[in-house]
Amino acid sequence: MPELARHPQLNRNGELHHLLSIEGLPRAILERILATADSFINIAEREVKSVPLLRGRSVFNLFFENSTRTRTTFEIAARRLSADVFNLDITRSSTTKGESLLDTINNLTAMQADMFVVRHASSGAPYLIARHVAPHVHVINAGDGRHSHPTQGLLDMYTIRHYKRDFAQLTVAIVGDILHSRVARSAIHALSILGAPEIRAVGPLTLLPGGLEQMGVRVCTRLDEGIRGADVIIMLRLQNERMRGALLPSAQEYFRNYGLTPEKLKLARPDAIVMHPGPMNRGVEIDSKVADGMQSVILPQVTFGIAVRMAVLALAASSQRAS
Amino acid sequence: MIDLDAEAIYRRFAGRVREQLAGRDVRLVGVRTGGVWLAERLKDALDVKHPVGILDISFYRDDFNRQGLSPTVKPSQIQFDVEGQNLLLVDDVLFTGRTVRAAMNELFDYGRPARIDLAVLIDRGGRELPIEATVVGATLEVPRDVSVVLSRNDAGAFHLTLEQRGA
Repeated sequence: MPELARHPQLNRNGELHHLLSIEGLPRAILERILATADSFINIAEREVKSVPLLRGRSVFNLFFENSTRTRTTFEIAARRLSADVFNLDITRSSTTKGESLLDTINNLTAMQADMFVVRHASSGAPYLIARHVAPHVHVINAGDGRHSHPTQGLLDMYTIRHYKRDFAQLTVAIVGDILHSRVARSAIHALSILGAPEIRAVGPLTLLPGGLEQMGVRVCTRLDEGIRGADVIIMLRLQNERMRGALLPSAQEYFRNYGLTPEKLKLARPDAIVMHPGPMNRGVEIDSKVADGMQSVILPQVTFGIAVRMAVLALAASSQRAS
Repeated sequence: MIDLDAEAIYRRFAGRVREQLAGRDVRLVGVRTGGVWLAERLKDALDVKHPVGILDISFYRDDFNRQGLSPTVKPSQIQFDVEGQNLLLVDDVLFTGRTVRAAMNELFDYGRPARIDLAVLIDRGGRELPIEATVVGATLEVPRDVSVVLSRNDAGAFHLTLEQRGA
C-alpha cells in the first residue's frame, strides 16, 4: 500500500492505471503517451474514423463543472476508440439533490462503468474517486480546481514536440493568470519532466503563485522580458471573475501590459509558436491578429488533443489486467 | 528436414507472387514489421508502381484485454484509396490467422477493396480461424510453443530462426 500511495496513478508494473496529475509521472510514461498519440492522428482521415480498441467498454464523462470543449473532445476520443460513452451533466442532477460524490460514484459503478473522466471544481476530487473505485475502474482527471489538467498538459507537450521536435533546447513562456491555472501547473510539470531547460512564468505579481523558483521556473513580471527569445508562448485565459476582485484593475489595462500583440510577439524567436488552451478572450490576453496569425497553433492543439486523449484512454484501459 | 534458407524461400515466394500479380493492377500492403520488409522488397523486385501500404494492427488485436497495447505501436500508412482496389496483403508468418483477421478489419476501415489476397512467406499451420493464404513461400511444421521469426540484416538479406517461446 505505501507504494500505491506514492504512485496513485501507476499499477504494480509501473503502467498508467489512472491519470490524475502530470506531477510524479515518469518521463517514460509521458513519452509513451505522446508516441501512442502519433498512431491515432491519422485515424480521423480514414473512411471509418474509429478503431475497435475499447469496444464494449463504458466510459462515463462526469462533469461536475461545465466545460463543453473538454467534454466534447473526451467524448470524441472515447468514441473513436469504439467505447460506449455516457455524458452525465452532474452540475444539474443528483448532487443538487444532496447526493454525496462517493454515492454518485457507487451508483455509476453499479451501472458497470469501466472508466470515469472527471471534471470537478475542487482540487483533489479525482484522487478521492480513484481511491474509492473498484480495482478494474480507471479515473482520468479532466481538470480539478486549480490543481491539475493533465490531458491539457499532455496535448500542449504533443503540440510543442510536433513543431519543435526536441525539448532539450527550448525556452517556454507561460503568460497570464498562473495563480489560478491548472493548465499552467500541468504544463510546468510536464516541461520539467521532459527536460525543457528554461520555463518562464509571466504575469502580474498578484497572479503569480509562490514557490515557482523552487520548481525551476523563472518568474517575469514584464511581458517583454518574459517572451524575449522564447520558442514557445503559452497564453492563458484570463477569467472574467478575476477582474471583479482586487487582483486586476481592468481588462484594458491587462491587455496593455500582458496582451500578446504582433509587435510584442516580435520579441520572441521568429519561429516561435503561440498556444492557448481556449476559450480565448480576444483583446484581453491575446490580439486577434496573433490568435489568427501564422505563428498560432491554437487550432492544431484542439486536433492533437483528441489523439492525446485517445492515447490516455487506451493506455489506461490496457493496464487493466496487470494491476 | 526443415529448410530454413530464408533467401531461397523468399525467391520461391517472390516467383509465386509474380505469377499471382501477372497482368493485374494490385497494391501491396505489408503487416508490420516482417510483412512490410517483404512487401517493400516485392515492390522493387516486381516493379509495382504504387507505394507499399503499411498496417500496424495493434488497435485491432483481439487479445487487447489480455495483452494490453503493444509498446511499439506506430501509425498505419495507407497512401492510396483502398476503395475498389485489388490488394495483396503480405505477412511473414501465417499461424492462427488472428493477425490476418485484424489486418482485414483495419483495411475495411479505409474503404471497401474489390479483392484481398494473402501472401505469406511461411505457413506454419495451427489455424484458429478459417483463413488461408493465396501465395505461400514454404510450409513448416513446428510445435505450438516455437516461434518462427523473420529478421533482416543491414544488407537487406532475410534470416529465419526458430525460437522457443517464453525463453
